[in-house]
Formats: sequence, structure tokens, C-alpha cells
Amino acid sequence: MAYDYAKHIRPGKLPHIWCPGCGHGIAMKGMIRAIDACGLEKNNTAIVSGIGCASRLPGYMDYCTLHTAHGRAAAFATGVKMARPEMNVIVVGGDGDGTAIGGNHFIHACRRNIDMTYIILNNSIYGMTGGQFSPCTPTGAKASTTVYGNPDPTFDISKLAIGAGASFVARGTAFHAAQIDKLIAEGIKHKGLAVIEILDDCPTTYGRRNKFRSVVDMMKRLKEIAVPVAAAAKMTAEQLEGKVLTGILHQENKPEYCEQYAQVIARAKCA
Amino acid sequence: MSSPKAKIEVIERYCKGCAICAEFCPTNVLEMDAFVVKVARPEACTACMQCELRCPDFAIEVHKL
Ligand SMILES: Cc1ncc(C[n+]2csc(CCOP(=O)(O)OP(=O)(O)O)c2C)c(N)n1
Ligand code: SF4
Ligand code: SF4
Ligand code: SF4
Repeated sequence: MAYDYAKHIRPGKLPHIWCPGCGHGIAMKGMIRAIDACGLEKNNTAIVSGIGCASRLPGYMDYCTLHTAHGRAAAFATGVKMARPEMNVIVVGGDGDGTAIGGNHFIHACRRNIDMTYIILNNSIYGMTGGQFSPCTPTGAKASTTVYGNPDPTFDISKLAIGAGASFVARGTAFHAAQIDKLIAEGIKHKGLAVIEILDDCPTTYGRRNKFRSVVDMMKRLKEIAVPVAAAAKMTAEQLEGKVLTGILHQENKPEYCEQYAQVIARAKCA
Repeated sequence: MSSPKAKIEVIERYCKGCAICAEFCPTNVLEMDAFVVKVARPEACTACMQCELRCPDFAIEVHKL
């Protein structure tokens, strides 16, 4: 049977505003399947975003949603989770929102290991504002602000998240649609900060400038560069040149922030 | 000729003509026609779900038969 997405989407909201072939829609569908598979309910699930094309996502979801300020999604989400620890809190946003203006909030959410799911749709560019480069734009790539090629080194979001202390980190791609819900569902079930990076495409502001003739070309590239972690373990450094690992990249158990904070409150009450 | 394993429904008012579904259908069931996808060879459908999973626009549904 075709999947029933409609019951998770606010009535009358489709078609969405994203451009033809924008991977944000593929990621949203994966997120819906994950929420459904984990049995989350509309009233106990908050979906929080900042600003950007990716950050429009919560507006379509018939859940408790917050569309906040650019880069500030993790801060608002932390507030929701601290006030209502029983809620499932999911953050969603772009690479610009999460690693440029919001980079500080992102790393500290990771460091605190607060029990939230952070889905970052990495299309390597600021899509909404016309294709300025982001910390995730590949070195040498063209953006509206790097017309002669980007001189900056590129953030690896998953490595950044692991380094900053997130206890679950996974990566998927918009091409590998069937895997997206599995990764997000594992992240939702994980206790602690779960980061799921989805390598995404922005045909409108990135593809055109960087010699992708079509959306399909961008999807083919995602297909080519992705290597599942298990397969990568059997490959040589040479074979892995230019590839990106996908799947669950990191998972560990460590103290969760709301629980730590509850202990502070308990200690303060006894004092 | 084998019988189709699913009925493919295209919701034309949602389809933005990106061609992702048509390009990656393993059995070449779908074709683009003036920026909307058309079910050109329904008999070849194996109900693999790939087109529905990858459509960014909720515009194609696979109803297994
Ligand atoms: C404080 C502030 N600074 C800048 C902007 C302009 N702005 C809006 S969206 C955006 C970048 C969006 O890029 P990204 O988060 O990667 O999402 P995408 O649009 O690519 O999905 C910027 C710079 C803003 N809205 N607010
Ligand atoms: S500008 Fe890029 S990120 Fe924004 S909707 Fe269009 S394709 Fe998607
Ligand atoms: S279900 Fe599979 S075989 Fe059938 S049209 Fe879709 S992609 Fe092609
Ligand atoms: S993937 Fe969806 S929007 Fe794109 S052509 Fe196919 S049905 Fe239309």
C-alpha cells in the first residue's frame, strides 16, 4: 500500500514551496516514517527549526512546531526539552542554520548531550537567500559569494558532532531514501543528543553554478559518493578517496543533560 | 508479458517534473512528458517502491496489487 503521509501533514499545506527536485521533501518523508515507526504522538512531539528552506519543514508537520530565529533552533529546543523533558524534541535545519550562524548552539547541544534528535539537511549552501557559501560548501565550489571558487576548508558535520560530544551520529543521503527513516528512528530511540546528517541537493542555487546539468545529476553524485560504514571497513584509503561514509557513525552511552539537571535540582532542594 | 505488481498513481497537481522517479525506476516504467511524469509501461512495475520513496513532492504513490 502507498504510505499514508497525509495524516502527519497539516491539511491544505501541499504542494510545498521547495523547488523541483529539492531533497528537503525526501528528508521530510523519511522523518515522517521515522516518527510513525517510533509511535510518537502529535501532542508529545515538538519539531523545532531556525530559518532557511530546510527550516520551513516544521510548518508542514501536524505536530507541536516552533519556527524560530536563524541559527537558534537548538537553543529554543533545549528550552522546550528542559521545561518538558517528557516531550520528544526534534530539531531540523540546514547546514547554514546549524553550522554557520547556529554553530555555537549546535556544538553546545552536542556537548550537553541533551536528549533530542537534530536532523541537519546538508545541501552545502545557503539555499533560501540565493546561494551564498556555507561552512559546508566544498573547497573550490562556486557560490554567489565565491564566484572564483571557495577558498575555505569544509566542515564535516558528523565529525564535528562527534568531537563536540553528541552520543549518536549518523549520516544518510537524499538519494538513499529508504535508509533515512531507519537512521532517524534510531536517533529518536537513542537517549542523548542524536545528530542525523542528510546529504542533500539544492539544484537551484548550488547545482546550476557547479556544473550539475539537472537534479538527476545531483542524485547520481550522492549515489556515487556514499559508502556504508561496513563496506568502507573493507576498502583501502585509495578506494575511499572522495567517498563519504553513511550509516550509524558513532553511538555511546553517556550522561544525559536533563537527568543531570534534575539531580542538580534535587541537590539544591536538600541543601 | 508479465502482469504489473502495483498500480502507480501520479498526483499531477503535486508533481514538479524533477524526473527523479523516472530516472531511477529500475524497470523503466515511468517517462517524463511535458514536466509531468507519465506511467508509460505499467506492466513492467515490480512494486519496488523506489519512486514513491524518492519523490520529494508526495506526487507518486505505489498501490501494490
Ligand atoms: C539573523 C539572520 N541572519 C541572516 C538571515 C538570512 N538567512 C535566511 S536563511 C539563511 C541561510 C539558509 O541556509 P541553510 O540554513 O543552509 O538552509 P537552506 O536554505 O539551504 O535549506 C540566511 C543567511 C536571517 N534570516 N536571519
Ligand atoms: S533554493 Fe535550494 S534549498 Fe531552497 S527550496 Fe530551492 S532547491 Fe531547496
Ligand atoms: S514501484 Fe519501482 S518498478 Fe514500479 S514504477 Fe516505481 S520505481 Fe518503477
Ligand atoms: S519524483 Fe515526484 S515530483 Fe519528481 S517527477 Fe516524479 S512524481 Fe513528479
